[in-house]
Amino acid sequence: MTLLDPILRPAAKAAQSGFVMEDPERFLFRVARRAFTEDAVLEAERREIFDNCWLYLGHGSEIAQNGDFLTRSVGGRELVFNRDRGGAVHAFLNTCPHRGATLVREPRGNSISFQCFYHGWAFNVNGRFASRYAEGNYGEGHYSGGCADLTPTPRLEHYRDFYFINFDRNAVSLSDYLAGAKEYIDIVADHGADGMEIVGGDQSYFINANWKLLAENSVDGFHGVPTHSTYFDYLQSVGGVRLGDDVGAAFRGSMKDLGNGHAVIEYPSPWGRPVARWTPAWGEDKREVIEAGRTRLIKAYGQERGQRMAEYSRNMVIFPNLVINDIMAITVRTFQPLAPDRMAVSAWALGVKGEDERVRALRLFNFLEFLGPGGLATPDDVEALECCQRGYRNLREAPWNDISKGMPRGANARTDDEEQMRCFWREWDRRIAQRVTA
Amino acid sequence: MTRVLTRTEVEDFLFAEAALLDEWRLDEWFALFAPGAVYEVPMAGAPDDDDPAKSLFYIADDYVRLRERVARLGKKEAHAEFPHSRTRRMISNVRILSVEAGVARIACNLVCYRARMGKVDTYFGHCFYSIDTGADTDAPTWKIAAKRVLLDMDLLYPGKVSIIL
Repeated sequence: MTLLDPILRPAAKAAQSGFVMEDPERFLFRVARRAFTEDAVLEAERREIFDNCWLYLGHGSEIAQNGDFLTRSVGGRELVFNRDRGGAVHAFLNTCPHRGATLVREPRGNSISFQCFYHGWAFNVNGRFASRYAEGNYGEGHYSGGCADLTPTPRLEHYRDFYFINFDRNAVSLSDYLAGAKEYIDIVADHGADGMEIVGGDQSYFINANWKLLAENSVDGFHGVPTHSTYFDYLQSVGGVRLGDDVGAAFRGSMKDLGNGHAVIEYPSPWGRPVARWTPAWGEDKREVIEAGRTRLIKAYGQERGQRMAEYSRNMVIFPNLVINDIMAITVRTFQPLAPDRMAVSAWALGVKGEDERVRALRLFNFLEFLGPGGLATPDDVEALECCQRGYRNLREAPWNDISKGMPRGANARTDDEEQMRCFWREWDRRIAQRVTA
Repeated sequence: MTRVLTRTEVEDFLFAEAALLDEWRLDEWFALFAPGAVYEVPMAGAPDDDDPAKSLFYIADDYVRLRERVARLGKKEAHAEFPHSRTRRMISNVRILSVEAGVARIACNLVCYRARMGKVDTYFGHCFYSIDTGADTDAPTWKIAAKRVLLDMDLLYPGKVSIIL
């Protein structure tokens, strides 16, 4: 079925898939709501996006010791992410080569081997088959040919300890794929002189909405003030934040297209940042240690970059499903589609390795003021996404989303414009057009 | 002579607290807390003694943030709970773990059902309370010094903890 848009027709460039319509002359950008609801679209996304984009797997600090392992669902697969006895990092498909049973059934742990409980096949943590049966059971080639070894993901690469996998053996390198996003991963990774680490577990939860809604929401500066007014009330009530009448102006900044569908917004922080921006609500006793952090960053990286790292906030989406938000704390968030209208979310707090315990405690306290399932803001985002998904039940009569804000500003797009979402959608459109057209 | 605290007295207090939450009388609920109190919900599967200074929780409110959480839930701009969800809390298996200097350490089990927009969420877990029963043993003067709710779920299926458990 061809989508007919009475507003865009006939001047619009029906870009590629037909799900995304852009008319630069009239400053209109529209996305078909069917892109959020149809099984065929999700199937196309699995093949054209999740099967050949670099997908975030985990952070090296989560498997810090040799023998550490954890299990994770990424791109529709069940995986084991582990560090072997020699310190090498692996990603295996979590299925026994024998008859397919899930091999590792604990969420995390430390082990010198893996063993399938069904028939007892055992493996070294580097993936090599380790069982030895009496002669006559198996031929010699069974041990030497690798047919009984664990299957690794086709590709596993990392950048600054952020590990990604790719199910396409011929994909470009992770470095090329990340493109401009590397500079912004550097900004986060450079917070710690001795590196960064995931702090205290992962928040896993579900949202009854299409996964792309969270990619949009995570870098959406437009929704901040209307959706999160009660959070800004909180900031003003607990002290130290004076936002004035135009709350949005307090954190209006810039946006950057990072290539390959990745984008970032960067803006002055209206909130405190445990890394280096003290706020009176935290009390004078913590002022010195936070300001020491600021001094360290400026000394290490110069006035301009150091000040940016200390005082500015950044929300970044790395296509398709990784978000690194360096805001009132640092959250790393990834999300997997389960159905067109349901996703599984995993979110982590990233902290400076070896940081002062007062800063660590404050980082976690500050994370929870906004972020996560019990925060003062994230539940309202979840509500917004689920409201969108429910609204799409009306798509036959109301078929289009509008993502046009800021188009007349061209390259000078602001934080509260929607150019960062257009970057995501252009890449989505380019990839999906290879599989389906509306 | 020290007066013995009975489970019935503790149950009366916890049932009344649950009723205030079910009836969305949140200001009265907050008045049950002593200044300096904490309200915490560690992540599903966390150990009972998890430390919010070292581990990520869902909720780790000090007294001020709890006051703000309650104030927020009173506004219609608290979108995740507007319109309010309908809830019902079941409190059971109440145990008095210890009483020292008038502060009772209490454990109980909790099931909380939450219905909203055609969907029912179930939260189940166990709770620990520190309740300052004071010199006066009449329940109305008791104050909660700490409340911790540990969800006995492997994942957070409801997707959020937008209500107070």
